[in-house]
Amino acid sequence: MYSDKVMAHFANPHNVGEIPDADGIGKVGNPQCGDVMWLYIKVKNNILTDIKFKTFGCGAAIATSSMITDLAKGKTIEEAKKISRQDVADSLDGLPPTKMHCSNLAADALREAIKDYEAKLAEKARA
Amino acid sequence: MRRVYFDHSATTGVLPEVFDAMMPFFLDKFGNSSSIHSFGREAKTALEDSRKHVANLLNADPTEIIFTSGGTESDNLAVKGVAMYKGKMKGHIITTKVEHHAILESCEFLKRFGFEVTHIPVSSEGLVDPAEIERAIRNDTVLISVMMANNEIGTIQPIREIGRIAQSKSIPFHTDAVQAIGKLPIDVKADNIDLLSLSAHKFHGPKGVGALYVRKGTKVEPILQGGGQERGLRSSTVNVAGAVGLGKAAEMAKRDLEPTAEKMKRLRDKMLRAVPELIPKSYVNGHKTKRLVNNAHFRFDFIEGEGLILQLDFKGIAASTGSACSTGSLEPSHVLLALGLTYQQAHGSLRITLGRENTEEEVDYLLEVLPGVVSKLREISPFSESRPMGPGEGGTCVQ
Ligand code: FES
Repeated sequence: MYSDKVMAHFANPHNVGEIPDADGIGKVGNPQCGDVMWLYIKVKNNILTDIKFKTFGCGAAIATSSMITDLAKGKTIEEAKKISRQDVADSLDGLPPTKMHCSNLAADALREAIKDYEAKLAEKARA
Repeated sequence: MRRVYFDHSATTGVLPEVFDAMMPFFLDKFGNSSSIHSFGREAKTALEDSRKHVANLLNADPTEIIFTSGGTESDNLAVKGVAMYKGKMKGHIITTKVEHHAILESCEFLKRFGFEVTHIPVSSEGLVDPAEIERAIRNDTVLISVMMANNEIGTIQPIREIGRIAQSKSIPFHTDAVQAIGKLPIDVKADNIDLLSLSAHKFHGPKGVGALYVRKGTKVEPILQGGGQERGLRSSTVNVAGAVGLGKAAEMAKRDLEPTAEKMKRLRDKMLRAVPELIPKSYVNGHKTKRLVNNAHFRFDFIEGEGLILQLDFKGIAASTGSACSTGSLEPSHVLLALGLTYQQAHGSLRITLGRENTEEEVDYLLEVLPGVVSKLREISPFSESRPMGPGEGGTCVQ
């Protein structure tokens, strides 16, 4: 039921881990299925230089986590914000209908991490 | 790559003897068992022979066996057929929280027409307390249905006692024995059972055929109307080849029950002992001793079951999860929630179900592979012993 791409990312997920001094952290969970995703970003000159994740979830949740880190790395904040749920699913050659929400989770985690980064930035500017 | 099959509660392979017995009924003995000519009579004789074997396995009379399309149909016929006898549209049914969906959904269906249903809870090991069944009985209770052994965690219920209670109140007692056949000796008379569901493919027969035992005198309304086959209780041309396969599988199950059960129990116990020792924060689900000889059910903190199944599959091992996540529904298993497990705990489950052909070497292979697979997934997980999932993180239990 999963595409080969999903299976490949699940078998060897890219960018697993934490960034201890992350510039932004996005923590999201799906109350329906119980899956949880944590995404860490490092930003330099408005560019996502590093990104890592930790996920408690199904095969699709792990694969979409891995995929979003690939898609976002090296992008500017503005570009990264534009990565949609559909982009994640498409890059994995699709997801089964019941698993589409897993790509939401990944896209949401990235957005949350960026929000966190921007909030911290704003705080610093105020200080 | 080597392939190891540990998912026998999902289905089993057809035994060569079963296949051989069925083959002629696809090719030259293809008659309709209702036909009067020699082709028909040939099919009918084979059918009645199979009925005897199925009856023999249960200590029943052949006239008490109705062939169906499988466990789901048998469950539906038992629940709806007894409850709606003579078009009755009200009454009270007692069942449990850990039944198969075929029972739970049949009950939900009946509720739409005015029936009331009591779902008896289970202990943390999945056991039903017969006293609770007794307390739930009302004047209008029309049926008690309690499964013999649970399909997920393998816990075996005190069927004989529940049957005795039902009998003392003259309430028909049905048991879904789909997972128990071939692993437990069954005697419908001694166990006070009025109706019993079974399915061929769970004990090396073909898929798409099963049976319902209906004790003489038990009143059942058919749910399929038509030509009146199977004593009017199950219209539809009988699946003769399938029924012959079921009969052969029943004959083999009876013959081999003791040695296969003994072997599976030894392998099961090895796993039940070894896994919690080898893997920190791993636990056994279900009852320690009152469990099917072929069922080992585990849960692992901090990880999710589907990933586990996929990782094991990479190593050639076929198993299943206690979670329905991978099968279309995202909700964790109602059985595991009924044990009192949290949403997260219920998600991290693994069901290993043995078959007659599994070997000690295969079990050793699983024990060798499993710790690595679990720790790989734990490395990906944000949760750990030092950082457990907090309240509000992850899902909430919506039962
Ligand atoms: S099943 Fe919910 S994130 Fe995958």
